[in-house]
Amino acid sequence: MHSKAFALFLKDFRSELRTRYAVNSLAMFILVAISVILFSIGQEKIPQSLTGGLFWVVIFFSAMSGLARAFVSEEERGTTLTLQLIASPSTIFTGKLLFNLILVFLMNIVIAVLYSALFDEFVIRSFYLFVLTFVLSNFGLAISSTIIAAIISKAGSKGTLYPVLSFPILLPLILTSVQLTSNCMVGTSFAESKVDLAVIVCYDVIMLTASYMLFDFIWKD
Amino acid sequence: MIWKTFLFLLLCFVSIAGISFPIVENPVHWYQYPMIKGLEENAKIIFFHVPTAWLTVVAFFMSTVYSIQYLRKKNLDDDAKSYTAAQLGIIFCILATVTGAIWAKFAWGSYWSWDPRQTSIFALLLIYGAWFALRSSIESEEKRASLSSVYSIIAFLTVPFFIFIMPRIMLGLHPGAESIEDGKVVQSASPVVDFKMNGNMLLIFFLSLIAFTILYFWMWRVGYKSLIYRDKILKQSSRG
Repeated sequence: MHSKAFALFLKDFRSELRTRYAVNSLAMFILVAISVILFSIGQEKIPQSLTGGLFWVVIFFSAMSGLARAFVSEEERGTTLTLQLIASPSTIFTGKLLFNLILVFLMNIVIAVLYSALFDEFVIRSFYLFVLTFVLSNFGLAISSTIIAAIISKAGSKGTLYPVLSFPILLPLILTSVQLTSNCMVGTSFAESKVDLAVIVCYDVIMLTASYMLFDFIWKD
Repeated sequence: MIWKTFLFLLLCFVSIAGISFPIVENPVHWYQYPMIKGLEENAKIIFFHVPTAWLTVVAFFMSTVYSIQYLRKKNLDDDAKSYTAAQLGIIFCILATVTGAIWAKFAWGSYWSWDPRQTSIFALLLIYGAWFALRSSIESEEKRASLSSVYSIIAFLTVPFFIFIMPRIMLGLHPGAESIEDGKVVQSASPVVDFKMNGNMLLIFFLSLIAFTILYFWMWRVGYKSLIYRDKILKQSSRG
C-alpha cells in the first residue's frame, strides 16, 4: 500500500516537474499577494501584531490558489477511473496528501523567507516555537485542503468554490496559528503556548482521521 | 390540528407576554419582570434571541446526523431531511445574528464586536453558506447528497474548536465569558452576567424555547415531506 501511495506521489511529482503548473502559479501568487500588501502599506509603519496576521492571509490565499489542483487534474485528464481500478481510496488519498504536503511546505517556506526579508516589523523572538507552529499548521493546511480538493473535483464549478468551502474548515487552524505567531513575535515561552499547540495537534489528528474515513464516500460514485 | 392550535396559542402568548409585560424595579404582580442592571428594557429580546440561536445549533446538529445516516444507508430521504434542517438552520442563524446584533448595539454599544459567540455564529453562517453553494453546484442527486454529507460532517468537526479556542483568543461579552478586570482575567462579573431572572421571566423564557422548538420540528417535517413527495412525483412523471 505504501509503495503504491509513494508511486502515486512520484507520478504527481514528475508531471509537476514537466509542466510546473502548480509551482509557477503558486510562486506568482505569493509574489502578487506580498507586493499588494507592500503597496497598500506604502511608507506607513504597521503594528507588529498586524504583520503576523497578514502572514497567514498570504498563506491562506496562496494555498487556495495552488492546492485545488490535486484531484481536479485527474478529473481533467480523465484518469480518475484508472486510478480507481489500480488502488484503494486510502492509498490514493495518501499519495495526494504527500504531494500537497510537499507543495505546502515549499510554498510556506518561500513565503516565510520572503516575508521576513521584506517586512522589518516581522521579527520572530521565539524561533523554535515558530518552527513548531509552522510545521504543525502546514500539516493541518495540507490535510484540510486535500480533502476539500477531493470534494471540489467531483463538484461542478471548480475554481470559485474552493476558497468558499475551505475557509470555514481552516478558520480554527488559522485563528490559532495567528495567535501563536503573535505569541512568537512577543517572545512568549513554550509552556505558555502549550494549549494552543495542543489545539493545532488535535486539529491535525481529527482532520486526518475524518479525511481518511470520508474519502471513500467522495471517491466512489 | 390540536398541535397546531396549541402551538399557535403558545406562540401568541409568548410574543405578547415577551413584548408587552412591563419591567419594573420591584416586581409585585405576576406579569411584571424585574429590572436587571445593565440590561433594562433590552432584556426582553432574550425571549427571541436565545431560541433562534439554540435552534441554529439544533438544526446544524440534525443536518449532520442525517448526513451520517445518508452515508450509512444511501437513502435519499435522509438527504432531504438533512437539507431541510440546514434550510431552517440558515434562517434561524440569520435571525439569531440580526437579533444578536440589535441587542449588542443597545447593550454593548456596537452592532458587532467579534465576541467569541459572535465569531462562532459568523463561522456557522459561513459553513451554511458554503454548504448551499456546494449543493447548488452539483447536478446529480446521489453525488450531491454524498458530497454535501461529507462536507457537513467535516464542518461539524470544526465546531468544538470554535467553542474551545475562541474564548482563548478574544475576550467575551456574553454571559459566562472571561473578561479583563484590573488587568487580570476573571470570570466576568459584569451586570450582563450577574442578571437573575425571576420566576415568571424564566417561565416565559422556557415557554418561548419550547414553542420555537416545536415550530422548528413542525416546519422541518413539512419541509422534508414535501421534498420527498416532490421527488416521488417527479420520478413517476418521468417514468410514465
